[in-house]
Amino acid sequence: MSVLVIAELDSHGIKAATRSAVSAAAQFGEEVHLLLAGSDVAGIATQASSIKGVSKILLADAAEYTHGVAENLTPLLVTLAPSYSAIVAAATSFGKNLLPRAAALLDVAMVSEVIQIIDATTFVRPMYAGNLNATVKAPAGLRVLTIRPTVFEAAASEGGAASVETIATTGDAGKAVWVSRDLVQLDRPELATANVVISGGRSLGSAEAFKATLTPLADVLGAAIGATRAAVDAGMAPNDSQVGQTGTVVAPDLYIAFGVSGAAQHVGGIKDSKVIVAVNHDADAPIFQVADYGLVADLFTVVPELTAALKG
Amino acid sequence: MKILVHIKRVVDYQIRPRPTQDGKDVELTNVKMSINPFDENAVEGAVRLKEAGIATEIVVVAVGTAANQDVLRHALAMGADRAILVETPAIVQPLEAAKYLKAVTEREAPQLVLTGKQAIDDDAAETAQMLSALLGWPQATFASQIDIADGKAVVVREIDGGQETLSLPLPAVVSVDLRLNEPRFIKLPALMMAKKKPIETLPAADFAISAPALELLAIAEPPARKPGKILNSVAELVAALRTEKVLP
Repeated sequence: MSVLVIAELDSHGIKAATRSAVSAAAQFGEEVHLLLAGSDVAGIATQASSIKGVSKILLADAAEYTHGVAENLTPLLVTLAPSYSAIVAAATSFGKNLLPRAAALLDVAMVSEVIQIIDATTFVRPMYAGNLNATVKAPAGLRVLTIRPTVFEAAASEGGAASVETIATTGDAGKAVWVSRDLVQLDRPELATANVVISGGRSLGSAEAFKATLTPLADVLGAAIGATRAAVDAGMAPNDSQVGQTGTVVAPDLYIAFGVSGAAQHVGGIKDSKVIVAVNHDADAPIFQVADYGLVADLFTVVPELTAALKG
Repeated sequence: MKILVHIKRVVDYQIRPRPTQDGKDVELTNVKMSINPFDENAVEGAVRLKEAGIATEIVVVAVGTAANQDVLRHALAMGADRAILVETPAIVQPLEAAKYLKAVTEREAPQLVLTGKQAIDDDAAETAQMLSALLGWPQATFASQIDIADGKAVVVREIDGGQETLSLPLPAVVSVDLRLNEPRFIKLPALMMAKKKPIETLPAADFAISAPALELLAIAEPPARKPGKILNSVAELVAALRTEKVLP
């Protein structure tokens, strides 16, 4: 048997998170196949076939797969499932939307946000905003899992030589109709995969202050900018910049939190970062309990000082 | 139209959960429990649709132990009309919950099922998708805006990197994000009124449902991070980060 990985596409082709899913799938010790479903994806198949560790690309090219609508992709997964011992996708908004729908139709108890694969049926996954880890055993037979992309190193995009097989498409399910997508234009690294992330909390005060204070530092560091829920809810930062249990989970080499108190829901999304730095004027802020380095100071003096120090 | 809202009773979000002494489960004895925060947004969303004259009846349903009466009362006090408890001997996993919910949904025949995008205990984010799959209905997950018109739900959903809009023919299942709304505070008179609203209890045994489940082998706290250092200046910080090799 083999393991099937579901590829997630964006305007640049295959997302890095999918290559993390390939690495996770490789741990089953079976052949890894990659499902590439979309419209006009033949060009992307060439790119995908060189991903290390993938032995076969299943190419499903049809208009109904554009935009990754779950209702249209699920019948495809149900058709393919009998040939596979496991179906794996990254726990991104795409994977989390799609896989439970397929799992239910296949009558499988799925495992979400896997952070460790102990063996082919035993997995570790976080619960309670990352406060607890559960070791779970899935029943024998087909396993369906999403993996947390920050804990599995992305498979190399070169070095593989997968064959490409065009497979039958399943048609439009006629359910949800995709209307539009509004993506925030980023001129900096994507939050989930950035090596350096700086983030701001409510203390930044306003959207203008948030941007004016953090952008110069992010530019110097080549960092992605994150935010707490409080900052997002106050309209200081866009929704998709939220880091935490209900936002993006990050694990960069360096995470710097400015004016972040450190609620459990936020810490759950950063605690696998290599080095955490906290800058807060309140010495009792819980963020200092998880920070490797802390500065008890006003962020409005620290950020420009730090920016200047790094420039020089 | 009728709306069914699925809610769950979970450990209160302000409580730090601990493993039981044998490390096999989560300690739930003498721990404060509340309605799952995302489900509270779902109830609020339904009540606002009723206040806008779009919904006519709100039925709130929980699948779980008898203790779920308290969160059902909470939802009734927020403005739900009646409640259903599918009473199970223990907390159930998403697939099993989805199967009970399918049976209840088919009996109640709502036009819209709302629920939270995930429960903050298991963090699975699976039940809504599973329910819509079993019903063969369209789904919209992680919704931050829901507009109902002309037999359709137009839903804005939060996705990585931005937002996406879907149009779903009704009936449909929608799971909601915290961003959908700000749930109302419950006033005392509403709480008193809620006591008069009916809660129908259906024993799980009546449904003859079985579902494969994950076996829980162990629950543990993740490895703690090493204690950090408080530094005195930006210069010290830069030096420390260069020693850690996270800065050039």
